[in-house]
Amino acid sequence: MSTGSQIGRAVDRVDAHAKVTGTARYSAERRPPGTVHAVLVGAQVANGRVTDIDTSEAMAVDGVLAVLTHRELPRIATRPAVVPSLAGTSAHGQSLFPMQDDRVYYAGQPVAMVVADTLERAEHAAELVGVTYAVEAAITTIEQGRDEAFEPERIFGGIVPGRTERGDVAAGLREADVVMERVFHLAANHHNPIETSAATAVWEDSRLTLYDTTQGPTATRLSVAELLGIPPSDIRVVSEFVGGSFGSKAMIWSHPTLAAMAAQYVRAPVTLSLSREQMFTGSGHREEQEHTLTLGAREDGTLTALRHRKLSPTSCFDEWAEPSISPVSQLYACPNFEGVYNVFRANTMTPTFMRAPGEGSGAFVLETALDELAYELGVDPIELRLRNHADTDPETGDPWSSKGLRECYERGAELFGWGLRDPIPRSRRDGNWLVGTGMASAIYPVYTPMSPQRARARVYADGRAVIETGASDFGTGVGTIMAQVAAQALGMETEAVAVHYGDTELPNTVAAVGSAGAGAVSSAVHTAATALRERLVGQAVADPESPLRGADPAGVAVAEGRMFLREAPETGETYSDLLRRHMMFDADALGEWEPPAQDTGYGMATFGAQFAEVGVDPDLGLVRVRRLTGVFAPGRVLNRKTARSQLMGGMLWGMGQALLEATHMEPQQGRWANASLAEYLLPVNADAPDVEAEMIEVEDRVVNPLGVKGIGEVGQVGVAAAIANAVFHATGQRFHDLPITVESVLAKL
Amino acid sequence: MRPRAHQTGTVAPSIPEQARGVRPRDAEIGPEATDIELTVNGTTHRVRVEPRVSLLDALRERLDITGTKKGCNQGACGACTVWVDGRRVVSCLTLAVACEGREITTVEGLADGDRLHPMQRAFVDNDAFQCGYCTPGQLMSAVALMAEGHTCDDAEIAEWMSGNICRCAAYPNIRSAIRQVRDTAEGTRKGGR
Ligand code: FES
Ligand code: FES
Repeated sequence: MSTGSQIGRAVDRVDAHAKVTGTARYSAERRPPGTVHAVLVGAQVANGRVTDIDTSEAMAVDGVLAVLTHRELPRIATRPAVVPSLAGTSAHGQSLFPMQDDRVYYAGQPVAMVVADTLERAEHAAELVGVTYAVEAAITTIEQGRDEAFEPERIFGGIVPGRTERGDVAAGLREADVVMERVFHLAANHHNPIETSAATAVWEDSRLTLYDTTQGPTATRLSVAELLGIPPSDIRVVSEFVGGSFGSKAMIWSHPTLAAMAAQYVRAPVTLSLSREQMFTGSGHREEQEHTLTLGAREDGTLTALRHRKLSPTSCFDEWAEPSISPVSQLYACPNFEGVYNVFRANTMTPTFMRAPGEGSGAFVLETALDELAYELGVDPIELRLRNHADTDPETGDPWSSKGLRECYERGAELFGWGLRDPIPRSRRDGNWLVGTGMASAIYPVYTPMSPQRARARVYADGRAVIETGASDFGTGVGTIMAQVAAQALGMETEAVAVHYGDTELPNTVAAVGSAGAGAVSSAVHTAATALRERLVGQAVADPESPLRGADPAGVAVAEGRMFLREAPETGETYSDLLRRHMMFDADALGEWEPPAQDTGYGMATFGAQFAEVGVDPDLGLVRVRRLTGVFAPGRVLNRKTARSQLMGGMLWGMGQALLEATHMEPQQGRWANASLAEYLLPVNADAPDVEAEMIEVEDRVVNPLGVKGIGEVGQVGVAAAIANAVFHATGQRFHDLPITVESVLAKL
Repeated sequence: MRPRAHQTGTVAPSIPEQARGVRPRDAEIGPEATDIELTVNGTTHRVRVEPRVSLLDALRERLDITGTKKGCNQGACGACTVWVDGRRVVSCLTLAVACEGREITTVEGLADGDRLHPMQRAFVDNDAFQCGYCTPGQLMSAVALMAEGHTCDDAEIAEWMSGNICRCAAYPNIRSAIRQVRDTAEGTRKGGR
């Protein structure tokens, strides 16, 4: 008599039925009666001032209710500050809020908002708003801004220092037998979730309900409250289904607040969706970047020094760079390290988190260079990595909370058939295709939330249970693991547990960012469900009418919704029996998980190994990925099915990063030149090879109660390097710039 | 890697074909809003739209049938794929007024009451989605390409499904789902139309 383990089961998604039948309501699909439509007008110029706005033509359109510009829009109550949403506080994406004055800092910055009774009328009127600008010269690219670069004190919303050093890099380079310096260029990228950002705002007296596309309903609530100057308790944010985010909905941008302002102005519910083009200037991006990596190594391949400089544009008002230096510093044992960020002010919005922010780019740089070193020294690339294996966290000397990287190399090599590889470049052909293979390591930090994480568990007298948290599920599967973790703690089948999430009315959890969602939510749910089980067991043993009366609670086990003596399983009763006898319809418990202090005394990260096989057509310059294999050690796996999908998605993102994705800046105008899904190249089905993604379970007793390290992003890390290394193996040519395009291949072959 | 022009997954009705469907009254439709009848999943709705309103916006904004998604509004992502008279079209580039008198099928019309269509079942079984936002479009394409006979092998499936972008990159699982339906007898029972 035991309920099999619910944790780890390959359970179907709890929201699968709603998603395949079209009944899942995403944020822009919540339409209270009387809802009207707002459409934003973005600045046409990248730098300057608005000297005049003629709204008369727009106002003359049938059904137009208002045209709001910096002249009409209310002033915000507090200037927003950029704080990463993992902090659990407000989480503004940038410190500029639009339409507060006539200044334009970047193309696409909202300069007007049209509100009309129908979407078509609002869109049409938006085109008729006549804006006149005093234009100034703009800086948007590395080529233009290089000379203006400076070293910021801190980046990434203030959580990462501008410079990291250990040991003596100059001495390390002197000790080296081999010194290599390489320069890398990575194109800007955009998240492009298929659902664009949207918010619907409904006021009832002084209370505001927002249906928002967000990774953190609480982050939206707190951010909007600050800007509007109203108490957070007056705002409810609902975000049940979110159509992908990848970081674009991790920070809070202006649109939910603008929707609320518009709704107040026209005294009707307002819905505001960004167009696809506006998504390129409405929710951040991964910045264009140039990396210079210098490495020194002994003849046996052990690293003696690493120096890493990253140069990138930030906005005119915030100092943001994705922390590409962290993985370079943390992946291998290297006694001497120096990492420096350089940024310059550019006429773009503030860049933001984008899946594997920094890890993706940093690993490309380091893992490409290491492959070059392996060839230079004639050492197998895996062997080279083993020789530099970091047994402790190189940044602090602390032990790892768990690692598993050696096992990942070993299992990955076996699955992929690495042992059969002839390392000589251009040694394999398949018809006209030059075939090559490559590998790389993956690392992603384990972030822990900074505030307590809460959930509520409830058992009903009919034997079913409900688990609630405020977290939103934007495709991660967090709702599904909530059910599994609760079922495990309560001794029930997952199928008997319903889940409610994505609403600030529910117990608060932090925004699901930084691959920390599963860890935070599972910990809160585990705590709540355990508290409820203990409460019910406690009630039973104290109840003279229960078969369990007088038993030691520690000797009571639960399975299939029934509490029983571990030593005498026939003695016991179900939760339902207990509740019914006491005329209770239900019982619930709130659980609060207090995360460990930020400095646990351990290095905490998820590791993995990536392998890629590519074919390169030397006449056409085409690179096709033929297969990808990844093995990861993400701690405890809560659901093998959804976990595998997350890893697979991440790996295919790595493929996009390697071969396709680039947002091109038109430097004269300072505008993105390919702001559409037709021109921003994303992997499509025919680009995607079959993907082998495996997990090695490692026990981790430090990160959180269930030992969950997170899998949302690590799948992407290292893939681009594995692919670039495979392209080298296939062709004998190195590629240091991403994406590796047909043009760049043809230029070298 | 894959030129966009090469995507064949979704096809908007060609202009001549739309023209063939023009009835005398349609010729008089001006820029003003007009009442039209749209038959969606077998139910006929009367709806007032301006001629510029897309089928996608008519479904989502006027009829509150929101299973069909808007990803780009430019014909580039396939999230808005529906069937018009059994042919798949991108509803963001199809005018609602051009669909009067035609049969429109959306994702809500796939299941048979509570019984999921085999393709829906296969998507669930194979975890062929994450956020689910592209899924209605993927399903409408997947069922149609079964009926069109474009599922011989993985390469063909991948090619014909390439008009539907999945940013969560569930592509290999989408192919598995389609294979599952192709390889079970049940799958051949109810295809597209
Ligand atoms: S919304 Fe129609 S193709 Fe993207
Ligand atoms: S499931 Fe998210 S875009 Fe396809």
